[in-house]
Amino acid sequence: MLRSSQPLTGPNRRRCREDETLLGTILDEGERGFIIDTRSAQAAKQARMTGGGTEPKSSYPQWRRLHRPLERGRPLQESFAKLVEACGDPSLSMDRWLGRLESSRWLSHVKAALSTACLAAQCMDREEAKVLVHGAEGTDTTLLVTALAQLILDPSCRTLAGFQGLLEREWIQAGHPFHLRCAHSAYSHARLKQEAPLFLLFLDCVWQLSRQFPFSLEFGEQLLLSLFDNAYASAYGTFLCNNEKERSLCKVKESTHSLWAWLNRPEEQQKLLNPLYSHNALVIWPSVEPQSIQLWQGLFLRWIRPSQHLDEAWAEIQRLVEEK
Amino acid sequence: VENVRLLDRLSSRKAVLGTLYLTATHVIFVENGSETRKETWVLHSQISSIEKQATTATGCPLLIRCKNFQVIQLVIPQERDCHDVYISLIRLARPVKYEELYCFSFNPKLDKEEREQGWKLVDLNEEYNRMGVPNNYWQICDVNRDYGVCDSYPTEVYVPKSATAHIIVGSSKFRSRRRFPALSYYCKDNNASICRSSQPLSGFSARCLEDEQMLQAIRKANPGSDFIYVVDTRPKLNAMANRAAGKGYENEDNYSNIKFQFIGIENIHVMRNSLQKMLEVCELKSPSMSDFLWGLENSGWLKHIKAIMDAGIFIAKAVAEEGVSVLVHCSDGWDRTAQVCSVASLLLDPYYRTMKGFMVLIEKDWVSFGHKFNHRYGNLDGDPKEISPVIDQFIECVWQLMEQFPCAFEFNERFLIHIQHHIYSCQFGNFLCNSQKERRELKIQERTYSLWAHLWKNRADYLNPLYRSDHSQNQGTLHPQIAPCNFLYKFWSGMYNRFEKGLHPRQSVTDYLMAVKEETQQLEEELEVLGERLANLQKSQLGDNKVQSKQQDRSKQLRLSTSNNSLANTPQEYSNDLKSFPSRSPSQGDEEDSALILTQDNLKSSDPDLSANSDQESGVEDLSCRSPSGGGCLPSEDSGKDSDEAVFLAG
Repeated sequence: MLRSSQPLTGPNRRRCREDETLLGTILDEGERGFIIDTRSAQAAKQARMTGGGTEPKSSYPQWRRLHRPLERGRPLQESFAKLVEACGDPSLSMDRWLGRLESSRWLSHVKAALSTACLAAQCMDREEAKVLVHGAEGTDTTLLVTALAQLILDPSCRTLAGFQGLLEREWIQAGHPFHLRCAHSAYSHARLKQEAPLFLLFLDCVWQLSRQFPFSLEFGEQLLLSLFDNAYASAYGTFLCNNEKERSLCKVKESTHSLWAWLNRPEEQQKLLNPLYSHNALVIWPSVEPQSIQLWQGLFLRWIRPSQHLDEAWAEIQRLVEEK
Repeated sequence: VENVRLLDRLSSRKAVLGTLYLTATHVIFVENGSETRKETWVLHSQISSIEKQATTATGCPLLIRCKNFQVIQLVIPQERDCHDVYISLIRLARPVKYEELYCFSFNPKLDKEEREQGWKLVDLNEEYNRMGVPNNYWQICDVNRDYGVCDSYPTEVYVPKSATAHIIVGSSKFRSRRRFPALSYYCKDNNASICRSSQPLSGFSARCLEDEQMLQAIRKANPGSDFIYVVDTRPKLNAMANRAAGKGYENEDNYSNIKFQFIGIENIHVMRNSLQKMLEVCELKSPSMSDFLWGLENSGWLKHIKAIMDAGIFIAKAVAEEGVSVLVHCSDGWDRTAQVCSVASLLLDPYYRTMKGFMVLIEKDWVSFGHKFNHRYGNLDGDPKEISPVIDQFIECVWQLMEQFPCAFEFNERFLIHIQHHIYSCQFGNFLCNSQKERRELKIQERTYSLWAHLWKNRADYLNPLYRSDHSQNQGTLHPQIAPCNFLYKFWSGMYNRFEKGLHPRQSVTDYLMAVKEETQQLEEELEVLGERLANLQKSQLGDNKVQSKQQDRSKQLRLSTSNNSLANTPQEYSNDLKSFPSRSPSQGDEEDSALILTQDNLKSSDPDLSANSDQESGVEDLSCRSPSGGGCLPSEDSGKDSDEAVFLAG
């Protein structure tokens, strides 16, 4: 699986030999690959007007292009804000709650993200084909898809260590602009242009996987919540800046502590591990039917609903497993 | 009929060829495949509706919808055959006599003694005694011993000490269907009680001295409070409309010391329609998140569930926190009243959250108090307007509570689902007819078997591994959050999409934890045995053979712990998914347990369920099925459909 940003085809349908050769060498003779473009066909076409575009079939004959539009940017931030608002609204009657949930469209985005990741995984696992994923910049929805696809396909990404590695590779080092994206979160009225909860969407999708496959992830909900918190505000330098270059310039490694170091201390790890975990060597294919995708109460209702009884249940599960 | 195709609801491509059989009690579809020959059994009693659809090139489609939410789509090659099957099923699914029902022919191979014992398992006299009655304030009353006062009530009910026979009979004449106020639940800690009745025949101005005395008697039976609540579970408008028909509700001016309260739960017709709409959403092919959420909201189903729950919470609070008795009624006092009283009891008393206690609760507030099982769930062919998912709603309330309080119930989701299943299946005699009187006339206990005995025998399958009777969640009353709490109500896909294997979490945490618990217990026992041997060894002299046996034991112990792991990592045939309840032939094997094979056998090696799921995890079915165009595995290029569905294989 590869990822990139959009080709700069532009209005004049520019070509680039080197790019074509690069993509050509990846595939064997006669082999076909898939390009998953996370923009709609129309959006991708329009991108040409501003210098971007898509890979034309004639120049990249071995690649088949699939469009799977995923929401990003301002609309995604709006979706997030609306959902949080609906959750916190005490006046909502049952009558209107589901409508508000729906109109936030957050769960639709979760469904779309999981579906696209499954598509990428299916190309690789079932069709045994290579996949190239990109959107516009290659820093948002692209990473969402590649990271999720790896969780689905690769059991080593589902261990605690493997998951941290996945985050480092596919989000941090891949250059997801955390500083811009995770600025003020849902309550802020300032709708910053660059703010968008892609990382949260990713964590939500991971939570959906953990709910559907309660034995297959070595970590639990606590880790996901912790990552969410730290992406926005952290005592550690892991999620600082927007890319490796900036981190290097700011001397992040020299002047801050790593979140991973903290999380991997044995006392902390204990809290993050999933007591039900048992290594599952197979691919995990989630159901993306609406009934299977649920609101992540642990995050969205974190401060609203009493978690005491659920915490007790979790403690009981841990106790049962430990007793054995 | 041969060469019939059974379609998978989610994927029209996944059709299985087989033979369709019709027997006196079941519809059976047997797959053709040489290896598996999987069977799908459906009881006629479960059939809710049959739809003959337009004949296509492939054959004549027949859609069977079941009361347990299973939907079976068949395609019969010949139109003539299809029509025959259709007509037969219509007749079979609408029995006219009770004797046609399966419970009268079902034979679990138990002797007469065992059958009797089965019926004695739940004893309401014991239950009332457990509650603490009869006592200084409450007495048993047999004025209805020949059903002469109220034919839908049981022969024995509990009434306040100061309610004489005269008062009871007088009150019954002033109540719809003669259902006079009687005790449902007594709280011995503070003498508060929950009583139930039907609406008074008050019209606009009618009064009845005895009825007023009856309510006073209820108040006097609780010296700790100087008033009682009267809760009318209907919407105010409906109750007022009833006045024009000579019925209505209690006027606070006429009844001394009552505080009157409406809690608007809609009637059976609204609920029937609500369920219908929700099931339509469930039948949508590849719905978007929007379709689903809007559909769910439009059905209003969760709103109704919440209304019932809120009513139960109100009553539980009145009893537990205020120490005030409550009289509950609706119109006839056998639907909403039953729902609300049983929810309140469940919240108040941890006993009802145990397996036995739950059976007792249903027996008390639903069976004995004359909930009209026959009319509501269509044992026999009857008026479709009487059909309504009343007890289904109660069962769902219990599930919603289980989700909020995972440690508080001794039983698990499967218990609830099986009970719901059997309310409609008519395989056991508990839920037949409309009243105790009718059941006794039919001699149900002598001619059929009790579901409770059956469930009790298999109780290992129904346990909640997280339940501990000494857990803090189980001391006293449950307090569900009242507001905000809309988001706490979830769609119960385990019930309404029960037979769609692809939708549910593939790995059952409940089963796994039960297996863990069992294994822990076995290991503890092993440990004890080893401990004893060690003690003996230390006493006697060390011989080689003794040392050897010790080593053998240790390896046996190791084997115990690793055996489950090896099973878990071995992928297994996914088609052995046994969650589909009716795909078991009840006449096989001794007991109806055959329907529960998934639990008995697999509990010991319950991990095969896990690995079965593991294999499903690598199964392609889930993805390739969902293409609406039914086209090739992967979509064509530039599909460009900007739909929010993002079905990953949309053509």
